[in-house]
Amino acid sequence: MPAKVAGAGASSSSAPLSVPAPRPPVIAGTLYRGREGMWSWVLHRITGVAIYFFLLVHILDTALVRVSPEAYNAVIGAYKTPIMGLGELALVAAILFHALNGLRIILVDFWSVGTRHQRALFWTVLGVWAVLMIAFTPRHLIAVFGG
Amino acid sequence: MTTIDAPRTPVNRTRRGVNLEKWGWMYMRASGVVLVVLIFGHLFVNLVAGEGVKQIDFAFVAGKLTDPFWIVWDTLLLWLALIHGANGMRTLVNDYVTKPKVRAALHFALASSTAVLLILGTLVIYTFDPCPAGADPELVASFCSTL
Repeated sequence: MPAKVAGAGASSSSAPLSVPAPRPPVIAGTLYRGREGMWSWVLHRITGVAIYFFLLVHILDTALVRVSPEAYNAVIGAYKTPIMGLGELALVAAILFHALNGLRIILVDFWSVGTRHQRALFWTVLGVWAVLMIAFTPRHLIAVFGG
Repeated sequence: MTTIDAPRTPVNRTRRGVNLEKWGWMYMRASGVVLVVLIFGHLFVNLVAGEGVKQIDFAFVAGKLTDPFWIVWDTLLLWLALIHGANGMRTLVNDYVTKPKVRAALHFALASSTAVLLILGTLVIYTFDPCPAGADPELVASFCSTL
């Protein structure tokens, strides 16, 4: 029921503005108001933290190029194992979501009608994310597991 | 007991000077757009092009870090990404950590780890030696043999 209710002064003549009714949360008892807005925010935080901790490790492992070729090749060899290969898939999935949802946040903030379309923008983010993952996943799995 | 202002109370702008929180907010969006380009390019060249993740070794990195294009690319990547990530983590600390001492300790940990990794990473990029003396010729880039 996407009912539009009038503002507080409905019966008086001074309030022609209609205010959309608050949407009921999908899951009763969930934090905030649920739906696309909350879940995109939750995912943005979780992926952001994961990417941050990977970045710390990644700066340190790359710094080994300054130690010796052997030291760098030893640690980068770990990235080529099957388990780390799957980890890289998860990392790229997190990065792609964080990047695309970040662009959505910028549109919501700066595009005049961005807020109105934030829900459609979220599904666009998921659609583009899925396309990029469908392209990347086989390519990466072949590199990791193929020979 | 402290009371909070009514929701529609105007902001009391008594503070003068630069609004750092506003510029932090702007930084997340400005750096975010640039990072989408830098990281997508980084992922494409390292994980998609060529032989994917298995091509990465000391000689591969040496080939990139002797090219001014990738030196600038990686320097921007290091600084923009780490500051973006640390500032994002600061947002989470401010949201979830209520004890002032714990909050101060985490802010200090974020700032100091960021400073150390920025200095370390920058030194690695600009003092990198692609053909270290006495290195195994099998492990260094092919152009080292012509020097």
